[in-house]
Amino acid sequence: MASTSHSVNTDSIENVLYEKRQKIYPREVHGLFAYLRIASVIILLGLFYGCAWLQWDGHQALLWDLPARKFYVFGLIFWPQDFVYLAFMLIIAGLSLFFFTALAGRLWCGYACPQTVWTETFLWIERLVEGDRSSQMRLDKAPWSLQKLRIKTVKHTLWIVFSLFTGFTFVGYFTPIQDLTVKIMTFSTGPWETFWVLFYAFATYGNAGWLREQVCKYMCPYARFQSAMFDNDTLVVSYDEKRGEPRGSRNKKLDHKASGLGDCIDCGLCVQVCPTGIDIRQGLQIECISCSACIDACDFVMDNMGYDKGLIRYTTQHDLDGEKTRILRPRIYIYGAVLLTLVAGLSYSIVMRVPLELDIIRDRNQLYRETSDGLIENIYTLKVMNMDNSQHQYRLRAEGIDGLELIIEQPQIIVESGTVADITARLRAEESDLKSRSNKVLFYLEAEDNQELRITKEGRFLGPG
Amino acid sequence: MSDFTSGFWNWFIILAVIVSFAAIFWLIKWTAKGKSAKTADGGIESMGHVWDENLEELNNPLPRWWLIMFYITLVFGAGYLVLYPGLGSFKGVLNWSQTNQYDREINQANETYGPIYNKYLNQDIKALVNDADALKIGARLYSTYCTTCHGSDARGVRGFPNLRDNDWLHGGSSENIKTTIMNGRQGMMPAWEEILGNDGAFQVTEYVRSLGGRAVDSVVAYQGKQIFENNCVVCHGADGKGNQALGAPNLTDNIWLYGGTQKQIFQSIAAGRNGIMPAHKEFLGEAKVHLLAAYIYGLSVDENLHK
Repeated sequence: MASTSHSVNTDSIENVLYEKRQKIYPREVHGLFAYLRIASVIILLGLFYGCAWLQWDGHQALLWDLPARKFYVFGLIFWPQDFVYLAFMLIIAGLSLFFFTALAGRLWCGYACPQTVWTETFLWIERLVEGDRSSQMRLDKAPWSLQKLRIKTVKHTLWIVFSLFTGFTFVGYFTPIQDLTVKIMTFSTGPWETFWVLFYAFATYGNAGWLREQVCKYMCPYARFQSAMFDNDTLVVSYDEKRGEPRGSRNKKLDHKASGLGDCIDCGLCVQVCPTGIDIRQGLQIECISCSACIDACDFVMDNMGYDKGLIRYTTQHDLDGEKTRILRPRIYIYGAVLLTLVAGLSYSIVMRVPLELDIIRDRNQLYRETSDGLIENIYTLKVMNMDNSQHQYRLRAEGIDGLELIIEQPQIIVESGTVADITARLRAEESDLKSRSNKVLFYLEAEDNQELRITKEGRFLGPG
Repeated sequence: MSDFTSGFWNWFIILAVIVSFAAIFWLIKWTAKGKSAKTADGGIESMGHVWDENLEELNNPLPRWWLIMFYITLVFGAGYLVLYPGLGSFKGVLNWSQTNQYDREINQANETYGPIYNKYLNQDIKALVNDADALKIGARLYSTYCTTCHGSDARGVRGFPNLRDNDWLHGGSSENIKTTIMNGRQGMMPAWEEILGNDGAFQVTEYVRSLGGRAVDSVVAYQGKQIFENNCVVCHGADGKGNQALGAPNLTDNIWLYGGTQKQIFQSIAAGRNGIMPAHKEFLGEAKVHLLAAYIYGLSVDENLHK
């Protein structure tokens, strides 16, 4: 790639390695991809702010109750024992990343990343208050006046209010948001709630208002390794150098090809709309978040000039080099197949999940006990976890040794929804029926009112040798 | 730090910390002095490596806020060392230590839970037996502190008494049970083999077994009876029914703490036994022991009592 730089003003002190960051004013852009981005922002933010208010079965539909360690997802209540589902969800997230990145580059960065989504929103607010790109730049260059102070105050106030609302919504997924509203109105939020609301508000304000592309350029590790997932058949935002060069301004009516000019009129709009401040004509760069603003801007200009669209477009390296390109290739198929299998597997296991768990804890201090009748006895504490929405009564039986007798201390096993019950049970057997010192026994637990709710667990019965 | 007898290490650490801070500060300043090199036409110089024909790394300047963050971490570090221990044996302005954090947490727990326990402490154990919440607390305390020895169903194992039967070594009234848990007990059976001899011990064994209604050789048992009346009735009573004041068991029932086979009873007599119930007064405090006693008392009062 050419080693021309993007415009950089170094500090007046020549030998400092660090430079003061130049604020980037991305120009407003309209076009297909811009509309896709707006749609994505509206849908994602709509889900984030809206879903916190949904109710289900008397509780908030989406709630992570950390102190109680229960995670509500509509009709399902996940316990910490279900964390394996989260592990699989993260694996699926990772694989989707590989799949979509190999397919079309940094789609996440340009359309779905919270950093992008909130920055876009803050940019929109900024445009509302300060005006378009040239107005913003003019305002920033102007000396401080009452007018400038008023405008900046309005902008930052709107930003801060929006950030606080974001922090409030975020915490609303951990403390029921309706309760949180009341608490905030009456100034009775707990210390941690207050802290986290303010922390997330501050993070939103800082990241979307001030840092913006600095996160993408310097802080996000994701950004760095996404590029490692590209290959020559990945769709990336590219400037068609063959078509565009040599660039130069020209009269609209001119037959530019005859004059030896490429399609690029060097209007610089692609640089002005870029939120990370690069020039895509220098080729694929690490800062490019694939937001496709430059595509929309260039297509707009091409239309005006009467040329074909697509001077900057989604294309592959092979295609640019004039070679055969294949988008649906083995890598895509393999990622897709694995992803599909995992998603299907996870869905199936969640649907088939039995909201009942049983832990067998054998008394260990002594190997076994001899009863007065000479039977061998082992004592167990059974933890019955009722993860269902309603109370259940359960019946228990045990098998594995001839003539095995089960005695339960409690007359009935009744467990409230969302609680763990301790059941003390004893197993007895004749010494002569024990085949070895350590014998496998199976405990079967079943709900009286629902045969689907059952579980089998293995235990050990120890006796004399 | 205060365990060291010499002050050398204190100063060594203070010096090391201050030198490290100074060194890091100097390092940041020194590395910030690099030049962001430019090419002749004002562009950014390449680092020199080329991958895949045309992929290069340019020597772009780093953002200034990185540099500021480095300095902020030094300021944070300095602030931390003022507030918390780190500079040798200096305790820090906030006087934080692991032990006083623990003490604070204990005090807070006592303030929160103390009133609940005290409420129960003021009620008689016999009344608490009917209080379901008190029994639940007792059951949870039991499963934390007592199951290791007495089993999770409180029926004991060999060497550790069954708490659900009505056979009490030291008395089964609510006061006795509480005393047992508070102060502990020692059930000491002396070893008689040296004094009685192997044969003598065997004779006593047979006599004791006969008390429980077992079929024994009557001659041997008769000999054992003589020895019993000379030695054993002091603790176990003339009728062998035991003495709760001494913790001497009732030998006429079929409940044997250390096993009821001939061999096991012989072992008890010949080699003696030493059962220890630990004291829980210091460990748990009277309030928790009170609730435990209520739970245990309840177990024997109502055999069907469950958690």
